[in-house]
Amino acid sequence: MAEWWTYSLSDFLLFSPRTYYRLFELYNRAIWPMQLVALALGAAILGLLRVGAAWQGRAVAVLLAACWAFVAWAFLLERYSTINWAASYFAVAFLLEALLLLWRGGLQGLSFRPTPDLVGRAAVSIFLFALVLEPLIGPLLGRPWTQVEVFGIAPDPTVIATMGLLLVASGRVAWELLVIPLSWCAISGATLWAMGSSDAVVPALAASLVLLLAIWNSFPRADRSRRMSRSREEAATP
Amino acid sequence: MVGLGTWITFNVGNDGEARDSCTEVMRAFFAAGGRLIDSSPMYGSSQEVIGYGLGKLGRPESLFSADKVWTSSGSAGPRQVEVSRQNWGVPRFDLLQVHNLLSWEAHLQTLLAKKAAGEVRYVGITTSEGRRHGEFERIMRQHPLDFIQVTYNVLDREVEARLLPLARERGIAVIANRPFQEGALLDRLARYPLPAWAAEIECRSWAQFVLKFIASHPAVTCATPATTRVDHVRENMEVAYGRLPDKATRARMVAYVEGL
Repeated sequence: MAEWWTYSLSDFLLFSPRTYYRLFELYNRAIWPMQLVALALGAAILGLLRVGAAWQGRAVAVLLAACWAFVAWAFLLERYSTINWAASYFAVAFLLEALLLLWRGGLQGLSFRPTPDLVGRAAVSIFLFALVLEPLIGPLLGRPWTQVEVFGIAPDPTVIATMGLLLVASGRVAWELLVIPLSWCAISGATLWAMGSSDAVVPALAASLVLLLAIWNSFPRADRSRRMSRSREEAATP
Repeated sequence: MVGLGTWITFNVGNDGEARDSCTEVMRAFFAAGGRLIDSSPMYGSSQEVIGYGLGKLGRPESLFSADKVWTSSGSAGPRQVEVSRQNWGVPRFDLLQVHNLLSWEAHLQTLLAKKAAGEVRYVGITTSEGRRHGEFERIMRQHPLDFIQVTYNVLDREVEARLLPLARERGIAVIANRPFQEGALLDRLARYPLPAWAAEIECRSWAQFVLKFIASHPAVTCATPATTRVDHVRENMEVAYGRLPDKATRARMVAYVEGL
């Protein structure tokens, strides 16, 4: 793109805020009562986090993959692409994330078990935020309930909930699974920012928090313990 | 003199209520004597929404259809133009423009060939926000253009220096895009009262003040404000019938707005 520095975020915004939020309203109306099914899936995932069985990770990954695939098809491809030609590319990315979840969770035996430390507590909190609190933000900002964005149905809460769970995925940090969610947060945050929506901070803050926690988590556990005890000792030194 | 832009405002997807609302805007536009509607494949569903509206309105004969080609692939241009034509539901476009000079060499060649074959009446190029004016001027000098489209309003006046005089000299029609800076200019002006002397040029709103400034430049053929409201389109169209500012008044308009 020639003279790219002369473009601002608003130059890439193809639609009005009214059209964008009406999209959710029409979508919610068309797929009702899938919202209830999606919330039940979210609750099921929450319950599965406490299950110790070997199949736990596979079940969580399959449920998450189903949500990503549904959002890709039903929202991004069928609805969002009618006002944003880039949405078909977003749909491909969401389908790719669904496949990655199936591959890492279903075939490679990833498990999702919150640890009783800072990262574990934060991960569950992020998931609960996306499931319960995030849908309330729109109505609290004055938008009608009919435009509510629900986990498993709308992209933002689905992405944020997934990022929370990925923080407690077994083994090393699942960076390959975090790339698409983090990228989506940047895209969604920029879109909302260009529209002047105050909830633009939600994907931005969620992505920043997850990124920081993932980096923290990428240090070996022993190294982290050493760092924590060293800082505790330093704090206790008069 | 006053056309209808569709950037953002007509990109409403499959929302039936919003499509009907756009149709009403078009109905008011044609009823007030409007002719030129401008769109682009870049504008999401805008072309389809225009086609929907034209279908409902029985394709008014006064329509002057202006669209663009916008793809980095030169060979994909003809196919894109055909899809655009089908979206509009018109037998042919009156004007086809190379959008923002994207791959302009290949597309201009295609469009000029289409013009020679009678598949389009006029050919042009577009830019916005002052981008690539040097290259734009070279193309204007070297190619047989019928139209150019540039950003021009009471604050964005860079084109007055070279492009508008050159358009006059070469007999090229000019479409002024972003007359309201996508609403930002009117939002800013709304904080101040319209000067009393605006009544002398029959302006009763800031929108009319801004449009009269654009339309009164001797090189400008048409401004393309976009709106979702019927009352706004009627207000915009009044500009085409009232008194226009002379050179001295235009200077006064600039000084007043710059002084706010």
